[in-house]
Amino acid sequence: MTDVLVYDAAERLFADLATPAVVNAAEAGTWPADLWSAVTEAGFLDALAGGFGAALDGLGDAVDVLRAASRHAVPLPIAETMLALWLAKRVGLAAPEGPLALAVDGPEDHLELRRAGSGWHLAGAARGVPWARHAHGLVVSTGVTIALVTPVSAAIEQGKNLAGEPRDDIVLELELDARSVAGAPKDADAADVYRMGALFRAAQMAGALEEVLQLAVTYAGDRVQFGRPIGKFQAIQQQLALAAEQVAAAGVAVAAAVAAAGAGDLAFAAGAAKLRVGEAAGKVADIVHQVHGAIGFTHEHRLHQLTRRLWSWRDEFGVESAWALELGRLAASQGADGIWPFLALR
Amino acid sequence: MAIAFRFDPVTLPPACEALRKEVRAFLADARASGLWAPAGDFATNHSPAFSRAIGARGWIGMTWPKKYGGQERSMLERYVATEEMLVAGAPVAAHWIADRQSGPLLLRFGTEEQRLDFLPAIARGESYFCIGMSEPDSGSDLASIRTRADRTDGGFRLNGRKVWTSHAHRSHYAITICRTSPADGDRHAGLSQFIVDLKAKGVTIRPIKNLAGNLDFNEVIFDDVFLPANRLVGKEGAGWQQVTSELAFERSGPERFVSTFRLLVEFARRIGSNPDPRAAEALGRLTAHLWTLRRMSLSVAGMLQAGETPNLEAALVKDLGNSFEREIPELVRLLAPRGARSGGNDRFEETLAEAVLHAPSFTLRGGTREILRGIIARGLGLR
Repeated sequence: MTDVLVYDAAERLFADLATPAVVNAAEAGTWPADLWSAVTEAGFLDALAGGFGAALDGLGDAVDVLRAASRHAVPLPIAETMLALWLAKRVGLAAPEGPLALAVDGPEDHLELRRAGSGWHLAGAARGVPWARHAHGLVVSTGVTIALVTPVSAAIEQGKNLAGEPRDDIVLELELDARSVAGAPKDADAADVYRMGALFRAAQMAGALEEVLQLAVTYAGDRVQFGRPIGKFQAIQQQLALAAEQVAAAGVAVAAAVAAAGAGDLAFAAGAAKLRVGEAAGKVADIVHQVHGAIGFTHEHRLHQLTRRLWSWRDEFGVESAWALELGRLAASQGADGIWPFLALR
Repeated sequence: MAIAFRFDPVTLPPACEALRKEVRAFLADARASGLWAPAGDFATNHSPAFSRAIGARGWIGMTWPKKYGGQERSMLERYVATEEMLVAGAPVAAHWIADRQSGPLLLRFGTEEQRLDFLPAIARGESYFCIGMSEPDSGSDLASIRTRADRTDGGFRLNGRKVWTSHAHRSHYAITICRTSPADGDRHAGLSQFIVDLKAKGVTIRPIKNLAGNLDFNEVIFDDVFLPANRLVGKEGAGWQQVTSELAFERSGPERFVSTFRLLVEFARRIGSNPDPRAAEALGRLTAHLWTLRRMSLSVAGMLQAGETPNLEAALVKDLGNSFEREIPELVRLLAPRGARSGGNDRFEETLAEAVLHAPSFTLRGGTREILRGIIARGLGLR
C-alpha cells in the first residue's frame, strides 16, 4: 500500500462516519462504537505494528491515518492504540482486542515495576492518561520494562482535555504475572515511547491544521462584508498567508520526523517536530478564529472541534518549551561548531 | 478542495555527502591559507579571489551543461555546496547572482551565442552579474518601471535609472529589465531583458551607502547606452514572463534562512556545552525551526530538479525563512546582557551587531514579505 492510498482511504472513511454530530456525541460521553469498528476493520490500527523487520515499518501509513482522522476530529484513541499495539507486539505481549491506553514513566508520571515472587508488582500514578476509561488494556512503559494491564484494573478519576477527549488520572497498585511483563527493546525505552507519542500528536496536529486552514480560506471566500468576500481584503489575505506558512512548516516537520524515525534517528526529530508543529498550532488557531469571526466562536460551527484539539495536543507529550530545552541541550552538547554538521545530517 | 501547496520529502543521495566533505575541506584549507574570512551573508561578503577558486573546482554553474562550463550535477548537489558555503559565511557575493540567476536565465531563454559568450566565464568565477530591476519610483510594483530601450540601427538605446542594484560597482554585466513598448492595456506586456555591459558608454554607477555603513548597492544611470541587438535576452516583450519564471530558484534556497546562522553558532559558543535552561530553550527552539526550514527548502530543490515550478512553495519558504533569520538576533540579544557592539574582541557581540544592522534587508531583497504573502494568498485562491 502506498501512502496516498492509505490517506485517501482513511479520509473517505472518516468523512463518511465522523460527522460533527458523532464528534459532539462522543464528547458528551457516547463511545462511537460504529466508528471504532470501521477503523478496526479497515486495518488502520495495525499500520504501525505491521512490519517487524525494521521496527518502524508502517510509520508513514500510521501518520497518514492520524492526519486524516484529525481532519475530521475523530473522537477515538487511534494514536494511543497504535502505539500500545506496536509496543506490545514488539515485546511479544498479547494485547486484547479493542481500544488501548498507554502510560509512560517520564517527566510527569512515575510508574514502577518491581519483581514480586514469580511475577511483578506494578505501582504508580499517571495523570491525564488518554482514553483510560474506555481501554480494554493498558500498556505501561517504565523505562526498561513494558507491562500489559488487562483489564485496566486501576483507580480511575475521569478528566478531559480542552477538546473533551478523555484524559483520566489513574493510580496503579497491582500484581502481574510474568507473562504480562517484558523487557523493553533497546530502541523502545520509555523516552523513545514518549517521543513516538510526541510525533503522533504532531501528526494529528498537522492534519487538523490543514483542515482549519481550508475552513478559513473557504469562509473568507464566502463571507461578504463591505460588498465583497472578506478574502479580497489584504488584511485577511496576509493573515491567511501567515497561517499557510505555519501549516506548510507543520506538514514538513512531521514528514521529516517520519523519515528520521525510519532511519533510526528519533531523538532529535520527534521533539523538533512536536515543538515546531505545536508552535504552528497556536499561531494558526489564533488566525483562523479571527478570520471566522463570531460564528467560529459558536458551538454550532465545527471549527472548535479542530481548534480545541490543537490547543490540547500541543500541550500533550511535551509542550514546546520542554522540547526546546531538551533539543537545546542536545544541540549545545555538539559544541558550537558541531551544530551545523549535526543538522546537515538531518 | 485540496491544500494548494505540496512539499515532497527529499533524501540527499550519497554523492551529495561526498561533495559536502569536499567543500568543507576546501573551505577549511582556504580559510587557513587566508583566502577568506567569515563575514556577512550571500549578498555582502564579496571576493573575486574566492569566486575564482571555487570556479576552478567546478562549484559555480554546477548544474549547467558541460559545453557551457558546467558540471551537469544535480540541483541537490548544488544545494549542498551552496549551503556549506553560506553557513560558513564564505564570500559568495561576487558570483552569486550570475550563478543562481543570470546563468540559468541565459540557459533557458538566451541564444546559443549568448550562452557560449557568457556562461563559461561565469562558471570560472571570473564574470559577475547584477540585476537591474528596481527604480526610484518602482520597487515592488516592477511592471511600473520607466527605464526604456528604443530601437535603433543594430540594436537599442537604453535610457533610465535603476536603484538598489547590488554590487553593480563590482560587476561586469547587469541583466536589466526595461520597457521596449508602452504598457497599453496589459501592463505586464512590453517589458524586455537585456545583458548590459556596465563598462559601456553612458553607464554611470553611484554606490549608495547602506545603514550599516557599507557600499553594497548602487544607483545605475543609463544615458543613451547602446545595446547591440544580440544582447536582448529571450523574446522582446516577454520580460515579465521570463523574470517570473525564475522565482522558485530565487526564493527557495538556503540563503533565505541562514543569513544570521553564524550568530546562532556564536551564541552557542557563548552559552557553552552545558547552558542554563533559558539559553538552552532558545537554542533548541531555533534549531528545530532551522531543521524544518531546511527540509522545506530541500523539498523545493527536489521539485526544481524534477522540472517543476514550485513558485508558491518557494514563496512560503522565503517568507518563513526571512522571518526566522530576523528572529535569531531578536532572541539571542535577550540573553546577551551587554548587547551588540562592533570593534571589540567579542565575536558574539560583533556578529550580533552585523545581524541587527542587516536584518531589515532580509525581508526586502528578492521580494518583500508583503508581496510574498500576496503570492501565497493567490496560491490559496483568495486573489
